[in-house]
Parts: sequence; C-alpha cells; structure tokens
Amino acid sequence: MSLLELDDVKVHFPVKKGLVFDRTVGHVYAVDGVSLSVRAGQTYGLVGESGCGKTTLGRAILRLVDITEGAVVFDGTDLAKLPDEEMRRHRQRLQMVFQDPLGSLNPRQNIESILAEGMAAHGIGADAGERRARITQILARVGLPANALSRYPHEFSGGQRQRIGIARALVLEPDLVICDEPVSALDVSIQAQVLNLLEELQESMGLTYLVIAHDLAVVRHISDVIGVMYLGSLVEEAPSDLLYAEPRHPYTRALMSAVPVPDPAVEDARERILLTGDLPSPAAPPPGCRFHTRCPWKQETRCATERPALRELADGHRVACHWAEEIADGTITLTAREKAPAQLSG
Amino acid sequence: MPLLSVDELTITFAGRGQRDARAVDGVSFDVDQGQVVGLVGESGCGKSVTSLALMGLLPGRGVRLGGRAEFDGTDLLTLPAARMRDLRGTQLAMIFQDPLSSLNPVVPIGVQVTEILARHRGMRGEAARKEAAHLLDRVGIPDPTRRLKEYPHQLSGGMRQRALIAMAVACAPRLLIADEPTTALDVTIQAQILELLKELVDQEGTALLMITHDLGVVAGLCEQVNVLYAGKVVESAGRRALFDAPTHPYAHGLLGSIPRLDAPRGEALRPIRGSINDRIDWADGCAFAPRCDRYTMECLTGTPALTEPHTPGHQARCVNPVLPEGATSPQRTEATG
Amino acid sequence: MSTKTDKIDRLAELTASTETATGGSLWVEAWRRLKQSKMAIIGAVVIGAFVILAVIGPWVAPYDPTAQLWRGEVFTNRNIFVGPRAENWFGLDHLARDEFSRLLVGARQTLLVGIVATLLGFTIGALVGGSAGAALTLGGKLGQRYDTVVMRVIDMMLALPSLLLAVTIAAVMGQSLTTVMVAVGVVQIPIFARLLRGAMLAQGGKDYVVAAQALGVRKRRVALGHVLPNSLSPVIVQATLSLATAIIEAAALSYLGLGNPDAAEPEWGVMLAQAQKYFDAAPMLAVYPALGIIITALGFTLLGEAMREALDPKLRS
Repeated sequence: MSLLELDDVKVHFPVKKGLVFDRTVGHVYAVDGVSLSVRAGQTYGLVGESGCGKTTLGRAILRLVDITEGAVVFDGTDLAKLPDEEMRRHRQRLQMVFQDPLGSLNPRQNIESILAEGMAAHGIGADAGERRARITQILARVGLPANALSRYPHEFSGGQRQRIGIARALVLEPDLVICDEPVSALDVSIQAQVLNLLEELQESMGLTYLVIAHDLAVVRHISDVIGVMYLGSLVEEAPSDLLYAEPRHPYTRALMSAVPVPDPAVEDARERILLTGDLPSPAAPPPGCRFHTRCPWKQETRCATERPALRELADGHRVACHWAEEIADGTITLTAREKAPAQLSG
Repeated sequence: MPLLSVDELTITFAGRGQRDARAVDGVSFDVDQGQVVGLVGESGCGKSVTSLALMGLLPGRGVRLGGRAEFDGTDLLTLPAARMRDLRGTQLAMIFQDPLSSLNPVVPIGVQVTEILARHRGMRGEAARKEAAHLLDRVGIPDPTRRLKEYPHQLSGGMRQRALIAMAVACAPRLLIADEPTTALDVTIQAQILELLKELVDQEGTALLMITHDLGVVAGLCEQVNVLYAGKVVESAGRRALFDAPTHPYAHGLLGSIPRLDAPRGEALRPIRGSINDRIDWADGCAFAPRCDRYTMECLTGTPALTEPHTPGHQARCVNPVLPEGATSPQRTEATG
Repeated sequence: MSTKTDKIDRLAELTASTETATGGSLWVEAWRRLKQSKMAIIGAVVIGAFVILAVIGPWVAPYDPTAQLWRGEVFTNRNIFVGPRAENWFGLDHLARDEFSRLLVGARQTLLVGIVATLLGFTIGALVGGSAGAALTLGGKLGQRYDTVVMRVIDMMLALPSLLLAVTIAAVMGQSLTTVMVAVGVVQIPIFARLLRGAMLAQGGKDYVVAAQALGVRKRRVALGHVLPNSLSPVIVQATLSLATAIIEAAALSYLGLGNPDAAEPEWGVMLAQAQKYFDAAPMLAVYPALGIIITALGFTLLGEAMREALDPKLRS
C-alpha cells in the first residue's frame, strides 16, 4: 500500500521584475511534473545533481513551498488542497531531516527546547514531565547522552547535531520522514553512523523514508526504490538492485559511471561515460527530452522535439526515454562519446 | 631524488590565551616527477594546512612551521616571500575547492589568465590573448575566445574549475597541488575534471599532490596514498596495496564505513565510533585510540612509530595493526623516512 | 579483567585532559566575552561615571548653577571673563555662573535626552521594522503588501537629511526639551526599522526557520520565537551606538536654538551653543561641554563596538 502518492506535481517559481509593481517575466521550472509513490515501510531514494529539483520536491510535499499544480496524496488526503491550519497539523505525521545539522537548529534554543517545540505545537504530552520523559527516551534512541538536554547546538559535533535533528523529527512519531541530504555535510566516518541509525530507527519504529541525496552510493545503500531526477522530472525509477544492475536511462548510466568507487580494481576496469557540457538552466529547459543536450545516445528524431513520458518497461523499470529498449539491446550506440577529453589533444 | 620531499613537517597555531594547537604533527612524504600522490583524511586532519604551508600561503603571524619541505633542493618553508612568489605559478601551482572565490569576480577570465602569462612568461598583447585562448581550449572550455571576455559568475562551477586549472597550468608547473578540487562539483562534472587532471599528468609529466577526503577519488587517481589522522600520517602505501589491505585501524574503518555503489543492497556499514573530537595527544599515545576497537594498553604509551607490519613499502603507524589474511607474523621493521 | 579496566581508565584520563570546556547559551557566552573585552570595560567605566555624575550632579555641585553669583566680575561686552580659580574650578560662564556646577548638573539633561530619544527611536523603529519583518515571514499577499507600504514610508523618512527632519519637527512642536528628544528619536526610527527588518529577512531564509515550519510550529511562533530573537543582536548594538549620536544630535539642536527655552537650565548642548559667541575671549567655555559630549559618546561607541564583537557568532571561539 502506498503511503505517499505524487501525481504530476509541479513547482514553478515566478521570476519577477519591475520597479514599483512586480511583473512576472518567466518561471523557474524547479519541479515539472513528478509522479511517484512511496510504499509504507519502504525507503524511496531520490537522487540527482544540484539544480534537479529534488530538494524543492521534498519541501513541496510538506508544503514548505507552494505547489503550482498536481496532487500530493498522503494516506488518502490530498495535502496540496488542505487549508493552512490543517496542513500544519498534518505535519506531525510528515517530518523532515535537514542537510545542514547546525544551520537547521536554532542557535538560541537548548536541546530540550528544540525537542519540546514540536510536541507543544501538536499538543503531544499532557504536561512538561511527560514531554521530558519522551525527550529522554528519544535521546537515548538516537544515541545522545541524557545530559545533552540543557546544552546548546554549538556545543556538539556534526554527527551529534544530525542526531539532534533526527530526534526532533522522530519525537513526534511521524509516519513519513523526508531526509534531505541527511549525511552529505558529515565526515565520511560519521556518515556511516548516521546511515546505520536511520536504518535501525526505520526498523524499530516502522518508518517510511523519502531520502533525497546527490550521492548515488548513499541512496543505493539505504533505498528500496530509487528515482533519478534530471532538470525537474524523473527520468528513471526502479528497485535499487535492478537500477544498479541495469540502468536504462542514458543519464542514469552516465551518473553511475561517474560515481567513484573506493576500489582501484573497479576504478581501473570501468568505462566512463563522460557527459559534455553543463546542466541547462531550469528557467529555460530545452524542448523535447530535457537531457538531449548532453545525451551521448541522442538521436536525430524525437529527442529534441518530443518530451518522453515516464513509461514502464517489461522488466519493472520506469524510464523516460524514447529509445530505452534500443539502447539496452545495442541497436543504438554512443553517438557523442567522450567529447570532452577529445578537446584536450590540442 | 624526489621532486618534493616533505620531512617531519609540523604546523602550530598559536592559541589566543589558550594553549597552542598543533594542526600538523610531523608529516613526511615524497612526490616524484610525474607522480600522483594523495593526502587523504577527514576535516581537521591537517591536509589542507599542509598544502597551504607548501605554497607559502599561511599567514606569517601566529603560525610556527617546523621540519623541511624540499622542492628540487630548496626548502619551501624557509624561502623568502619574494622567491616564493616567483616559484608559485612557474614551478608550483595550486587549485582550490571553491572555484568561485578563487577567481576575482570583477575581472574577466581572459584578463586573469593573461595577467599570469605577463607576469611569469613575459607575454603581452595579442600573443598573450592567443595563448590564453589556447589554454582554455586545452582544459576543455568550448568557445574559448568568447569565454575570455566573460566574468567568473557567467561560468558554471565546472567551467570555473577548468578556468582555474588553465591558470594553474599556464606556466607548465612541475608540481600541481589540488585541494579538494571536485568537492564542490556535481558527480558528472567531477568525472570530467578528474579526467582532465589525469590527462595533464600523463601528457605533461606534471606531478600532482591530490588532497581529498574522498577515497573513491583516490582509488581512481593516486599512485601513492598517505592517510592522515589528527595531523600525522597513519598509513602510507601504494594505491592497490592500501585498498587491498588497509592496515591502520582508521584506514580500515574508513573503508568499511563508506557505502559502495557496487555493494549489494543491505550490506551493513561498519562505522567508526565517536568523532574527531574524541582524541588524545599524540605524545600520550595513538590519537585514534579512543575510537579504535583494537587499542591496547600499549597504544597509550607514547606515539606509535611508523612501521611496515606486513609488506615492504606499506607503512602503518599502529602497534596492533590489521593484518591481511595469510600475512606472516608482524615483522616490526622500523620504517625509514 | 583488571587490564581492561586499567585500559579504559587510562583512556578516559587522557581524553579528559583534551576535552574543551563547554559554554552556555549564546547570550551567556556573549556576556562572558564582553567581560573579557578591554574595549567593553573602558566603555562601561566611562558610561558608568557619566551616569553617576548625572544622578548625583545636583547634590555635589558647589553652587546653584542658575545663580549669577559673581555678577560684578564678568563683562562680556568688554571681553572680561574669569578663568579657573580656587573657588570656581572651571571659571565662570558669560553670565557669571559657576561653570563647574553647570557641567555637573547639565549631565543629567544630556543623558536624559540621549536615552529618551534612543528609546523612542528604538521602540517605534523596532515595532515598525519587526512588524514588517514578521509580516513577511508569515508570508501571504497581505503580509507582502503591508511590508511594501510600511517600508516605503520608512524609506521616505530615510531620504530626508536627519537634521532637516529634526528641525522641521522642532518647528512644528515649538521650542522645548521634549521637542529635542522627539526630533532626535524620530530621526532614529527608520534606522532601527530597516535594520530589524533586514535582519529578520535574512534569518527568515535560514534552515532552522524552515525546520520549525516543517515541525508544524505555528507561523506566529516561528516569527516571534525564532526569527525575532535571532535578529536582535544588530539592533541592540545599534541602540548603543545611537545613544552617542543622539547626544551629539541633541547638542546640535540645542546649539541651533531649538532646545529648552529656559536658557538658564544647564545642558551640555545649550552650554556649547552659548559659549560659541564668546569663543575668541573664553574658548574654554566651549571646550568643557564639548569634551563632556565627546567622552560620553566615545564611551557608548566603545561599548557598542564591543557588543557587536561579542554577539557575532562568527567570532565565537
């Protein structure tokens, strides 16, 4: 059963200009038609590079940014249509863990006040004593010492701060936790601690995760299903192992071949698919397939004119590419391979 | 003779009212002509400070340097500022993590490149402009003559890093120091930049000192790897040797705690406990001991020496190292250098 | 087993020695750093002396500051003045009153003008700026419109030269000490309003504010409980610095003759204004009040700068 269903969600930010009265002169198509579903108890990983709209999508689900179009159905309720106050109350069930552990904690609040705030907002816990009991319990669960209560965020290390952020979300006993780059600001040796903690808590508390990250290795490690985003929309979605074994979308392939693996044998053996150029601006996305300007498999027909829809392939992949089957069986080969290094010879 | 030979480098920051902080505590390593050497470690291990010291970019006040860093026979640490400036750009060059703040925002890229050509190669006017365009082209910036007129903010992150690399290699330096050159970039752009750096090393014979926290980057690029922890080299080995048999518990733990793209889903990570703040003074024992699963009483009696516990050339600073399966009993040969 | 406990004990001992001391909340830490700052201490001493002077001035003054006790000794039309002497330490002013007594008693008026004017500017400015900032944080069309209207008015005030604005107010309200305080206070309003709104706007985009919203905290509490307290530091610093300028501006207005109509009542600004007529013959009559104003303003400036440093989170050790 799916706990969260997104149906053609769009978030367009107006670009405004004007001396006295603001005129809308264009839009940034941050999220441009994303449909996906997250099943209860699962982890859905959303991966993509900066500017692909993954963070905006995560915030749109919680309605921290305005949804331009589409439905966000959470446990049967369309959040996009809820009045503000109802949405606020719904946030008890949908929580968020942020990327920057220090920046996402109010520097003037001590840990007890940070953790009690959500409970106060949702009327959880009859009195201060009961709240404190819950806070002590959650602190122990995320592996923080009980004497942390009266201390302030700046007195903790990065990993501990992220544990505080996790405790703040979990003390409300939510159903869904959106983790926006939960480990990317942490040192390598600390990342594993936090990833393990997230997995452990999922198991013991029956949580559903939407993990948003740029690091494919992290996403693959923690997710059951992975969605790959490029320039505001999903280009591929598949179960984690399947996606790794057989990436179908050209962008997924390029992304996967670019992720460094800490193993010289693997690094020496692998073939890289180097993409040329940079991400186009989300304010002026290219027509047709959004990836066609950088795609090494680009074809003369369809790619530049027709926007591919996310369609289901026979093997359980959902992919937004006109030529996915032909690329998979080798009928279409690389067309613009390794253009970047070719320029070096001069 | 190695191109760069760092010997027992120490860097101490004078604490204001508090006790001094030793950021680098006796680091030694060599870089040969045309070699790629990695300095790996997490934040606070002293890797970036080391690179700044080598480039003579640390502030003079409040910083004490010790040891030697011989570049082609001259000690970089005691070189007068004027001679250091000449050396930078001609023989030594550096690229930084954040390409935007390393470029002057109000001066076009072209001017910034030609400035270097004028200062170090005496090129002027049309010749300098032509060479600048050629350099941009060489680092893979399309349409270089147009790009020369643009300002840094008009370029994407990847293009900026390419422009910085162009400036760094403008005078064909013999040693290039790269401090986390791809950390701020997206992974597909990172792949492009790493490929470019490899090309430079292969074609020009430039030596590259790569400073990074990313073991994946190290695995694909570096021939010799030095792992730093709390200001000391704790392990030093060839690339294959290090990844095949990480010997210091820290290096071993680090590799075990990284999620690997090619690992099956659900393979557990083995994190290192605690954080960099849980450390003891090297003078008292192994700084890593509080986070280590293998520490013994012996770890708490003074600095452990750099030894070769199982294979010649594979050094580790540990009294109770992780030995590869089938390795003979530890032959504690005192390492030289 | 004993070796194991030994091992742990030894490790604990070694780690404890490197552990750093922990501080308290940001305010506590700022206070601690403030106490260590030389600048803050000098500023505080100067201000403290000034405040004591203002309080006890009338009681310790040797003579009545308004009485012309030595009328036969000063002849302004013939440039005959009396300089410092045993019974009058700072000499006599142009109306043959004891200058020293006038300085002591005048401190109170000067301090009052500075504090009242700054409080007025701070309160109204913070209310206006804070409400605009809060309206923006709460979001919505209405909030944005409120902010636009209010801030345009503030901008207009900011566009007028401050002294001109003060003169206009004084002209409307007539000549009195209250006029000076109001005029100087009104000039400060746009500064405080702009500053607080700007700080709130900057804080409003921070992750912890988004986090509070994601937590389901009510918008009102987000604005007042999170955004506002984190935006106060620059405004508090500005208030301290403003005290210095308020005193100087009040002096300027008095100098222009817009202050207390009862010229006999001593106030440093008025004294300075009156002394300039006789500057050639008795320059010290201008120097005494001027020095008083400068030293006091310097005290507030020093304290303000020290507070800026203490409250800056980037400088936290």
